[in-house]
Amino acid sequence: MITATRKPMDELRAILAPFRRILIVGCGTCVAECAAGGEKEVALLASQLRMDAKLRGKDLEVGEATVDRQCVYELIDELTSLVGMYDVVLSMACGAGVQAVQETFPQAIVMPALDTAFLGESKGQGLWVENCKGCGHCRLYLFGGICPIARCAKGLFNGPCGGSRDGRCEVDESVPCAWAQIVEALERRGQLELLEDIYPPCDWSLVRGRGPRRIQREDQRI
Amino acid sequence: MSHLQRILESGQFAVTAECGPPKGADPETVENKGRLLSGYVDAVNVTDNQTAVVRLSSLASCVILRGMGLEPILQMTTRDRNRIALQSDLLGASSLGIRNVLCLTGDHVCFGNEPHALGVFDLDSVQLLKVAREMRDEGRLCGGDRLESCPRFFIGAVENPFADPMRFRVRRLAKKVKAGAQFIQTQCVFNLKRFASWMEQIRAEDLDQRVYILAGITPLKSARMAEYMKEKVPGMDVPEELVQRMKKVSSRNQRAEGIRIALETIEALKEIPGVKGIHIMAIEWEEAVKEIVEEARLLPRPPVAG
Repeated sequence: MITATRKPMDELRAILAPFRRILIVGCGTCVAECAAGGEKEVALLASQLRMDAKLRGKDLEVGEATVDRQCVYELIDELTSLVGMYDVVLSMACGAGVQAVQETFPQAIVMPALDTAFLGESKGQGLWVENCKGCGHCRLYLFGGICPIARCAKGLFNGPCGGSRDGRCEVDESVPCAWAQIVEALERRGQLELLEDIYPPCDWSLVRGRGPRRIQREDQRI
Repeated sequence: MSHLQRILESGQFAVTAECGPPKGADPETVENKGRLLSGYVDAVNVTDNQTAVVRLSSLASCVILRGMGLEPILQMTTRDRNRIALQSDLLGASSLGIRNVLCLTGDHVCFGNEPHALGVFDLDSVQLLKVAREMRDEGRLCGGDRLESCPRFFIGAVENPFADPMRFRVRRLAKKVKAGAQFIQTQCVFNLKRFASWMEQIRAEDLDQRVYILAGITPLKSARMAEYMKEKVPGMDVPEELVQRMKKVSSRNQRAEGIRIALETIEALKEIPGVKGIHIMAIEWEEAVKEIVEEARLLPRPPVAG
C-alpha cells in the first residue's frame, strides 16, 4: 500500500487561507488503510476545519466526499457534479491521486492534505514500515525475501556495513539491520552461498532513467 | 608503484596513520599534520568527509601531503558521489600521482553536519573496489566503456572485525578481496580477544595469504573518550576493563596510559600470524603517532623511493 500522513494543521490552514468553500475528498484504498485519508479521516478533518474557522471567526463551508480511488479516472468521475460548487478541492489521497484529480478537473484548484510517504506494510496497530522502493526490478529472491534497497539505510547490495551491531542498524537502534536479516534468512534457507557473488551496481535507469516511468500494455487497450 | 605496496610485498611490518582534513580551506592544518607524521609512517590515509561532516576534500589533502614527500592513501566513500564522479576522481587522483586508494561505503549522512543531504550510495564499497580494479587492470569503466589509459593504484578496503553478524564478516571480507582489495585496514582494535578470533577465521580461509591486513590502533586520550567510544560510536568494541583501567589513572596521566595501551596492543598484534602492519588513527592527536612508533620500536621507516 501507499502510505501517507496528514499534514499538520498549521500548514493546512496556510494552504487553505484564501478559500471559503472547501471540498475535502478522501480516498478509500491505500490511505484509508493507513488511516490518513479515508472516509473517517475526511470527517475528522472537516470538523476540525469547521471548528478552527469558528474559533477564528472565519466563514467556512466544508463539503465531504470519498471515492474508492483517486488515481482511477472512472472513480474520480463521481466528483464531477461536486467540484464546481467549491473554491478548492482538498485531496486526502497520495500524490498520484491529487494529480489525477487535478488533471481531471483542470479548472479546479486541487490541494494536497497529505504527505505521501512510501510503499509499505501495516506492521501492527498504528505502525507502517517501508519495504519496497519500486526499483523496477525485483530481486527479493536473491536476498531471502528482504529488500536491501528499501530496508538497508544505505541501500547496500553487498552488505552488511560495519555499523551492524546485535542485529540493529547504527542509524536507528529501533531499526533492524536488513543485512543481518538477509544473512539469517539465507542461512535458514541454506542459501548463504548466494552472497558470495559480488552483486553488480544497480541499474538506476529503471527508476529515473528517462523521467517519469510508465507502463504501457497493448493487451490492455480496448 | 605505491610505496606502501612495496613495503608490504617486501615483508616489512607496515605503519600507516590517519589524517583528517580541516573544516576549512586552509592548507596549513593538513601541512602541520603531515609534518607530525613525516618519517614515522609509510603512508597516510586521508579521510573523505569522515562521519559525513563536510571537510577539505580528501583528494586535495592527498595532493598537499604528496607535495611534502608523504605517501597518501586516498579514502573514497560511495556516500556522496555516483559512479560517474567516483570514476572521474579515480582518474584524477592517479593523474596527480596518488597511488593508494581505500574504498569505503562511508558513514551515513544522518551522523554529519548536512543531515538533510541525499546519501548517494550508487555503488557500495565492494562494487567500488571492483570498479577501481577493473579500471586499473582492464582499462574498463563500470558501464563497459574503454579508457584511453589506465589509472595506477594499490587498492585497499576496510573491515570491522567487531561488527555483526560475526559469522558473516569473514565471508564479506573474502568478497572484498575477490572484488580487488589488496590491503585491509581494520577498525580500531581494543578487544584483542575478539580480534584474534577474527584473525583465526581469516587464516582458516587463507585470506591472510591473499590480502595484507593492517590492524587499527587508536590511542585513548582519556577515560571519557574510552567511555564515549564504548557507548556511542557505532561499530566500536571497547571492553569494560579498558574503560576501568583508564578511569583508575589520574586525568593528568590518562594520555600516557592511552599510549601504553596502544603499545601493548601493538606488541600483541605483532604476535598474531597474518597481521602485516598497523594503521594508527590518532584522532586529532597526531603527535601521539611519533611516540607510539618510536616506543613500539618501528623506526626507522624505509625511505620513500624517488
